[in-house]
Amino acid sequence: MHVDVIIIGAGVVGAALAYGMALKGKHVIVLDGADRDPRAARANFGLVWVQGKGSDAPAYSALTRQSSDLWPGFRHELSKIAADRIDYERPGGLVYCLSETEYAHRAAINERTHNQGAQADTEMIERGALEHMLPAVGLGPDVVGASYCKLDGHVNPLQLLAALHRAVLVLGGRIEFRSPVKAISPVSGGFRVIGPHGELQAPRVVVAAGLATPALTEPLGLAMPMKSERGQILVTERIAPILPFPGSGLRQSADGTVMIGATNEKIADTSVTAASATKLAQRATRIIPALGSARLVRQWAGLRVLPLDKTPIYAESTDYPGLFAAACHSGVTLAAVHAAVIAPAMGGSHLPEDLAAFSNGRFNVQKCA
Amino acid sequence: MFKSVHEKPGKASDMTVLVNGVEIGAWNGETVASVLLRAPGAGRGSTVSRTPRLPYCQMGVCFECLVIVDGNASMQGCLVPVAPGMRIESQHGPREISK
Amino acid sequence: MKYDVVVIGAGPAGMSAAIRLRKNGSSVAVIDEQHAPGGQIWRGVERNSGPVAEALGTDYRKGAALVQAFRACGADYMPETQVWQIEEGWNLFLTSGGKARRIGARVVLLANGAQERPVPFPGWTLPGVMTVGAAQILLKSGGMLPQGDVWIAGAGPLPLLYAIQLLGLEGRIAGFLDTSRKPGIAALTKLSGAWRDIPGLLKGARWLRDLRKSGKMVRGFHDLHAVGDGRLQYLEWQSAGERRKVKADVLLVHEGVVPRIHETMALGCAHEWNELQNYFTPRLDGWGETSKAGLFVAGDAGGIGGWLAATLSGEIAGLGIAKHLDVSFDAEGERHRAGLDKRLASARALRPFLDALYPPPTASIADEVIVCRCEEVTAAQIRSVAKVSAPDPNAVKAATRCGMGPCQGRQCGYSVQALVAEAHGIPPRDVSFFNIRPPLKPVTLGEIATLGDLEDAS
Repeated sequence: MHVDVIIIGAGVVGAALAYGMALKGKHVIVLDGADRDPRAARANFGLVWVQGKGSDAPAYSALTRQSSDLWPGFRHELSKIAADRIDYERPGGLVYCLSETEYAHRAAINERTHNQGAQADTEMIERGALEHMLPAVGLGPDVVGASYCKLDGHVNPLQLLAALHRAVLVLGGRIEFRSPVKAISPVSGGFRVIGPHGELQAPRVVVAAGLATPALTEPLGLAMPMKSERGQILVTERIAPILPFPGSGLRQSADGTVMIGATNEKIADTSVTAASATKLAQRATRIIPALGSARLVRQWAGLRVLPLDKTPIYAESTDYPGLFAAACHSGVTLAAVHAAVIAPAMGGSHLPEDLAAFSNGRFNVQKCA
Repeated sequence: MFKSVHEKPGKASDMTVLVNGVEIGAWNGETVASVLLRAPGAGRGSTVSRTPRLPYCQMGVCFECLVIVDGNASMQGCLVPVAPGMRIESQHGPREISK
Repeated sequence: MKYDVVVIGAGPAGMSAAIRLRKNGSSVAVIDEQHAPGGQIWRGVERNSGPVAEALGTDYRKGAALVQAFRACGADYMPETQVWQIEEGWNLFLTSGGKARRIGARVVLLANGAQERPVPFPGWTLPGVMTVGAAQILLKSGGMLPQGDVWIAGAGPLPLLYAIQLLGLEGRIAGFLDTSRKPGIAALTKLSGAWRDIPGLLKGARWLRDLRKSGKMVRGFHDLHAVGDGRLQYLEWQSAGERRKVKADVLLVHEGVVPRIHETMALGCAHEWNELQNYFTPRLDGWGETSKAGLFVAGDAGGIGGWLAATLSGEIAGLGIAKHLDVSFDAEGERHRAGLDKRLASARALRPFLDALYPPPTASIADEVIVCRCEEVTAAQIRSVAKVSAPDPNAVKAATRCGMGPCQGRQCGYSVQALVAEAHGIPPRDVSFFNIRPPLKPVTLGEIATLGDLEDAS
């Protein structure tokens, strides 16, 4: 079979890119890693989030808004093609403030984002107004208010991932599981990708392998400066609906489970600690004391895929045109823009000029030693 | 569905407990999950489809006996010994959290 | 509070190990979910007397002496307590009476036994359907006897033992659906070992004879359905080319027991696959130590062997732990002098025979059957995902929520593994298990929040 693009990584970034390319009629093969690889796509919190994103990086902020606006249509079409359920809602989202200091800090972030010329879609909400928004629960005494952005939403990220996989297959693509790639080598007319699946060849290769990305691209001179950060998340038993708005660090899924997260730790394994469970439970019960009676069913950890400046990287090798890499922290939020904008560029042309802000050139390290 | 060998005509049970507001006799050594099998209509409504369920394993691994005991929800009934006057209430669907 | 040893489980293995370690002067805590010691096998042994104790048999009554010795051994016994998280090093996070707390240990011994193998079939979630083990626990804990038309379906020693116990108390069994296959060559080759335990064999034969005399015995059937509106009312099965239907109020099922592995799985211990019985066991050395230093396993949690083997493996683990705590301790000598290996070999003699005689069921699970009882995920849903994902139960879990409910995969784990293996045409041993996450038991956020500020281990 003729292959147009080999995508390395079947996480939410790789799968969204593959889906976007397959929608454009490209023949894609997606190579997934080993069973126990760290998988941010299965560990993340599920926010489709705008507020605060890229508050110091206008291009990232704009891309996030674009994706957030594309999301309803993206979800509708994906759900139809995959014939899968994707729980998604965009009621706006909250960042709870548990002190005057936190409240002032949030207000300053919003101010900064507004000054960049973005719409005034985020507002500060005082405690009294917040109580009206959350009639089913009582707020803890520490809650001063919240920041509310009407663009924010949330999705079941596991349903999203499953639907992307199914849609890629429906659209004629292939996904090879348990196929961690060892190396990419340039050959005449494209690239050869070597792994347990044998050797595959295609004119284009996109590396979207999360934290494993640099190890695959840097031997070919394509630098992807990244770091990881551990995030631990708690999830409760199913509870009758109490939280109509997703919040940063506290949201109720369509299934009724309440998710609480996430820690930021400079640790590179996915183990969990009782100390973090305690901190997360303390904050959640300070916001909504009645959650104290909810039972924790699962605690897990994921590794955030963080470009050094936290802004996404979409890069094409200058030495080897046709070799692309994508890495970002917000693969769920950006899934819509990945499918609609990044995928067509990586699948059939070049990255457009207006995405220059996301090139790895900004690190000035295109040629790594 | 079950009956204690200790139950004899004219012999009082060791204690009474309340299941969904109705008094029922209980025996020393039995657990809440055991009582659920004798009290009419005491089953759980499953979390997703709310279909009726009763305790399955009695050894702490199936979670079909989740129940409200003295106001505490989602208790594993098979791990809670009965006590006189204990209030046992069924859960139906996702549990409720009070304000 | 920091102990030399924390033992999880106050059954035969845990009690024996605790007694042994107390003899050496170690500080020992024994944590157990139940309100009295004895484990499932000797549940209620301190309280039961008269006809109930009589019906439960001599093996049951033997437990009283060990429970008494355990009560007197000086270990800190913590009943009605659950362990919800274990951190290497070792810290154990407990909950009891609605309060969480942490204790420390130099060594942890998991002696948390086994659970019955869940085998999904149409109607198994109906009220009135439960396990044979559940019914036996009800008998031991409140003298409960099933009423109405009581059917047993299954294989292995437990259904036979329970049936005899029930009949001894004038309980009634409407019928017995024997799911065991004819003993094949494999079973017969194991006989030489089995002969060493002749009393065990005789007992098995007596159970069967008594049972045949007492009621209906159905063999060679398939496609069992439990049927009813809101509760069990009928059983249906296929036999000799025709559909049979009988009235039923209670159906007790049993297809063997499997070790409890959530704790060792959550801690990332190495495991091995038992090809004969299709279950994982933690990889253990000769003293019961896992691949994690300072973490030991004894009793059925390390592989099904029954109560006598459990007491002996508990003693051996006790000696191994004593040596771990004090390298000068002569564990080998003690082990030899007490003849533990010989007694253990004898206690396990019948096991290869039983394992071969009662292989785990391999019948494919029908599409409409609920596999995950908590999240109500059917075999069809699992198959549909398994076909288009990696042969990894965690991929199925992520896509279907199967195994994400409060039981955390204790009921569906092996069924999902089998379905994934079936979808990919590979043997179950090539499919891993769910990634087991804390908490080991659901604990409230309020309890966790009140633990106070813990130092991060990192």
